[in-house]
Amino acid sequence: MSTSLMNPSEAPSTVPPPRRARRFPGWLVGVLGVAGAVVLISTTSYLTDVPQLTSTGTVQTAVRLALPILLAGLGGLWAERAGVVNIGLEGMMIMGTWGAAWAGYQWGPWAALVSAAVFGALGGLLHAIATVTFGVNHIVSGVAINLLGAGLAKYLSTLIFFPLSHNPRESPAVPKFDTYSTPLLSDWLGDLESQQRVGLSDVAGILRGLVTGVSPLTMVAVLLVIGTYLVLWRTRFGLRLRSCGENPVAAESLGVNVYRYKYLAVLASGALAGIGGAALVLNPGQPGYLEGQTNGRGFIGLAAMIFGNWRPGGLLGGAALFGYADGLQLRSGGKTFLALVYGAVLLLGAIVVWQLVRRRWFAAAGGIVAAVVLYAVYYSVDEVPSELTTYAPHLVTLVVLAAASQRLRMPAADGLVYRRG
Amino acid sequence: MSTQVTSTTPAVVLSGITKRFPGVVANSDVHLSVATGEVHALCGENGAGKSTLMKILYGMQQPDEGTIEVAGEQVRFRTPADAIKAGIGMVHQHFMLADNLTVQENVVLGAEALHGIGGKARRRIQELAKATGLTVDPGVLVERLGVADRQRVEILKVLYRGARVIILDEPTAVLVPQEVDELFTTLRGMQAQGFTFLFISHKLDEVRAIADSVTVIRRGTTVGTADPKAVSSRQLAEMMVGSELPSPETRESTVTERVVLDVRGLGLVADDRPVLDGIDLVVRSGEVVGIAGVEGNGQTELVETIMGIRRAHRGTVVLGERDISRLGTLARREAGIGYVPEDRHRQGLLLEQPLWANRILGYQTRRPVSRGPWLDLVGAKKDTERIVAEFDVRTPGIDVAAAALSGGNQQKLVVGRELSGDPVLLIASHPTRGVDVGAQALIWDEIKRARARGLAVLLISADLDELIGLSDTIKVMLRGRLVADADPATVTPEDLGSAMTGAGATSAAVVEVEGD
Amino acid sequence: MGILRGKLLPPVLAILFSALLCGVALVVSGANPLRAFGVMVSQVGEGTTAVDIVNSTGTYYIAALAVAIGFQMNLFNIGVEGQYRVAAVVAAVVGGSIALPPGVHTLVVILVAAVVGALWAAIPAVLKVTRGVNEVISTIMMNGLALGLAAYLIRSDVFGELRGNNIRTPEIPASGWMPGIPLGSSGTVFGFVFVAALLGIGYWVMMNRTRFGFELRASGESSTAATAGGVSAKKMVLIAMLLSGGIAGLVSMPEILGRDHTYSLNFPAGIGFSGIAIALLGRNHPGGIAFGALLWAFLDKSALALDNVGVPREIVTIMQGAIVLSVVVAYEVVRRFELAAQQRQVGKELGTVGAA
Repeated sequence: MSTSLMNPSEAPSTVPPPRRARRFPGWLVGVLGVAGAVVLISTTSYLTDVPQLTSTGTVQTAVRLALPILLAGLGGLWAERAGVVNIGLEGMMIMGTWGAAWAGYQWGPWAALVSAAVFGALGGLLHAIATVTFGVNHIVSGVAINLLGAGLAKYLSTLIFFPLSHNPRESPAVPKFDTYSTPLLSDWLGDLESQQRVGLSDVAGILRGLVTGVSPLTMVAVLLVIGTYLVLWRTRFGLRLRSCGENPVAAESLGVNVYRYKYLAVLASGALAGIGGAALVLNPGQPGYLEGQTNGRGFIGLAAMIFGNWRPGGLLGGAALFGYADGLQLRSGGKTFLALVYGAVLLLGAIVVWQLVRRRWFAAAGGIVAAVVLYAVYYSVDEVPSELTTYAPHLVTLVVLAAASQRLRMPAADGLVYRRG
Repeated sequence: MSTQVTSTTPAVVLSGITKRFPGVVANSDVHLSVATGEVHALCGENGAGKSTLMKILYGMQQPDEGTIEVAGEQVRFRTPADAIKAGIGMVHQHFMLADNLTVQENVVLGAEALHGIGGKARRRIQELAKATGLTVDPGVLVERLGVADRQRVEILKVLYRGARVIILDEPTAVLVPQEVDELFTTLRGMQAQGFTFLFISHKLDEVRAIADSVTVIRRGTTVGTADPKAVSSRQLAEMMVGSELPSPETRESTVTERVVLDVRGLGLVADDRPVLDGIDLVVRSGEVVGIAGVEGNGQTELVETIMGIRRAHRGTVVLGERDISRLGTLARREAGIGYVPEDRHRQGLLLEQPLWANRILGYQTRRPVSRGPWLDLVGAKKDTERIVAEFDVRTPGIDVAAAALSGGNQQKLVVGRELSGDPVLLIASHPTRGVDVGAQALIWDEIKRARARGLAVLLISADLDELIGLSDTIKVMLRGRLVADADPATVTPEDLGSAMTGAGATSAAVVEVEGD
Repeated sequence: MGILRGKLLPPVLAILFSALLCGVALVVSGANPLRAFGVMVSQVGEGTTAVDIVNSTGTYYIAALAVAIGFQMNLFNIGVEGQYRVAAVVAAVVGGSIALPPGVHTLVVILVAAVVGALWAAIPAVLKVTRGVNEVISTIMMNGLALGLAAYLIRSDVFGELRGNNIRTPEIPASGWMPGIPLGSSGTVFGFVFVAALLGIGYWVMMNRTRFGFELRASGESSTAATAGGVSAKKMVLIAMLLSGGIAGLVSMPEILGRDHTYSLNFPAGIGFSGIAIALLGRNHPGGIAFGALLWAFLDKSALALDNVGVPREIVTIMQGAIVLSVVVAYEVVRRFELAAQQRQVGKELGTVGAA
């Protein structure tokens, strides 16, 4: 079990020929993506007559639910960019929830955040020791940390929270952050939203959701995304860190201390996952720590990272999508969720047209079949059962992996055990 | 690194370098002196210890004994960073580039302190790029570059760090002839600017074309330094392989009329690029057909296509009377093909399994190692004992892991196994690469003996003397095609070399194949 | 010497280390670790604990075997968790809705479970073989989907029924049960525990005595060498994954056939992940896995007694996690040490010194 996670099958004996350069700048892709998503959602909202799709409340809930996914995904991004697969995110997140509650009920939300980061980083440290120093398979170590994190949180919760809350599975209530709104802007957008104008009101609703009742936590998360991008792609430290995930042998040959960067990356990864746990505890809808409250969100964070092709902007998109799906379900139930299926049909339609333009007949045919199936689902079902909507992110990730695995670009040495020398 | 180094002070002196690994000595008492401003070639066969020596000079490994002097001062390199500081740079044979990073990122990595990672670094790179002939934008991802440009990026990397002594580890192995010429032009230009090169190669024609002096290394130790203009390739070759050089004697031919392997019109496309193109090949019973070629010209793909590891896009493979084009690897093996793969660690052995389990690999459907769906452990162990005895595999027993054996003994085990299943055809890729001379001689003898019994052999080797010594017919492979036939009785390594690099036939012993 | 050092030392060290770790944790939290351990051991003799341990061992054993088959060829079937869950629901639904003679009925339930588990595993297997999707990610996603699907299928308006405040599938009639060995007040040993043992023997024979097992191990150790040796990597991935999923499908059988006769919301979770831990501890060896499963079951069931001495019983979960992590580290360290030692030994015995 010491060998790599990914058997690089048949290393090409010759280097592939140069590929045509055809690349848009990242910010443009982001802007187009956001614009496309807004258009898609407004159109869906209009055609299905489900205004909740773009209501302020839905967006607000979506943001709250997206935060833990986003932060866990960022954690995954840091580790994987340095070449360490971290499926221990879930365990680190659980440790973060406990740490947040423990510090939070005593010293307030900011302390909760710091404590969660420390507890998460402890999990990260363990992962780094196992995978980097001892060369243990990353998946194996991750599974062990998930077990350990869950056990530790349960144990500590029984030991420390039980006497206070009289429930071994719950912490005392944790104070939350105050939220902030931009009153004038909010009101103006509120007016626009209530005018029910096609498109415009949708945009207003979405924007209003983003600027109303903003928690400092949201701002911290956004700053962390931007900071991650700047640190990993615009600094010497980040370049070195990423080089460890792409070709550690080359990095080492150029004097980069690969072990050190991997350690730092995995520590950061754990801390971010921990903060993701804090985002759950500090969610206004929750009293505090609750056993099982992460409910696989560490894994969804990983999924969001894959969805985002191992890039912060993409990850933000993935987390937003998964959070949105979650928020819609929580807020308005399975009937409105069904509108998303309709949206997926529209999206597929657009993809099919694109594939036809590019004369990719096979891909287009696949898209048509999928669209027809989805439309049949939309047509024949009244609502999507809540049991299934929870797991929409999982399905989306599987589909993305199956359809676009060739286009996804994970760090080249991701998951490979690196031995110095 | 003072600038007043006179041309009489050698740029690099290695004295008495010895490096041991568990069970083997990779370098023993190596002496090497490189003058400032020269292109110094280090020649030796695969496995002679060149790479280990260069890793020591570049700080990737520490010598057990011996000293290193750079520009007259004794140094100790603990890491490559130390070597870089001393002005030594290395261009690795297997490029040390991260595909998913840009050219600029690859160049500045580890040397960010010099010019940062932004615009200043970019300008510096563009300045230096001219010397290497690199014309692409530094912001381009390395994965978009071709092989020659990647090599330029590697050279750019060491220039950027201010290296004055540049180690080039088999830089031409992956290049096509025009690219080799371009590289040599670049090197001469840089030499004029005062750079010193240590050029590792086992291709003698190239050494003679570029080097000012050449040091030969054999079995881990240096055997002498010569002026490549003053010695013949033949003399150099003898220095490289010692007295063991098989003289291409005319032997009694055992070639029969019975065709064993008949390959027709074989074509393979990878990444939208033809890797094999219209290969016609016949191997007869009792015949050794050798394939000569610079590595990366399709030999690996040819072998793997005949073995059914890769799927041919065109053409047929007939073994004896039977068309095996549609069969899988196992069925082809069962049909009577023995296969000595080019990389015994990756393809030939299960390193952590005992020797007897390695005997089963590839033969899992046949006696004596299995019966139907069941393994026959007693039979496997008994037959492994036989191979160990017959092929002189030096091992304490058949229960040790294959990884514990030395390279030569591992290879003897592989060859022994592949000659065990009553094959009609043996495909041997670099059968003696990286093995000691004793094992080399034994493997050669076994191949000759099997040939005498009527075995057909397809031999791929980078060792031209091995090819000439063993083959009855030699075919030259270039860019996925068989471009020339050579008669091993009369051909010289130089003739072969020029045919391999596309320079065309230079003697009557090489006949170019008709075609476009 | 080699066997002792290489195979037995790491788990012993790991267990001791983890026990020490937990002991320290207990001391810090003001409890007496020796007393805690004492009550855990004496708990085995109480009530039905001993039988519960045996039954639980059987369940864990099957899960770990399923994982081990994948591990043998470096295939990470993280999806055992989802495979057994979906298999359990479907088998319970089918078993509860058909009427067949005793024996046949039971067999059908078992067969359905195995097939459903294999089918659920087939999705990541096909994705891996045809699209190159990494099985770790896809099986994690399949686990989530399995939870959703199971929850959906037992809704009272789908296949489930409401009993008290528990929702569950219709009960399987007695003809579909599997008899156990009643031991009076000590409980009843599930019949399927013996099937689990048979599976272990079958697994050993397959891995060590059959061509298929050899090909599986060869693919796991070196996919390139296996390919050159005529083993089709894709075929092996498919078969190994289906086999692993099929066995994973049986994880729920001891309890469904022996006691519950239904799938309910209270169905135990996390057995798949425990299975991974046990397979690692037992190093994919059927004997080692049996020991690991027994240890896990003992820790689980005896932990109930800890509440009596004021120690949170979750300490055993920490211990389990610590054991896995330290055992993989110990195996890795010992493996490297052994390989180097063997190379030195061969070098010494032969006195061969030459360039390699």
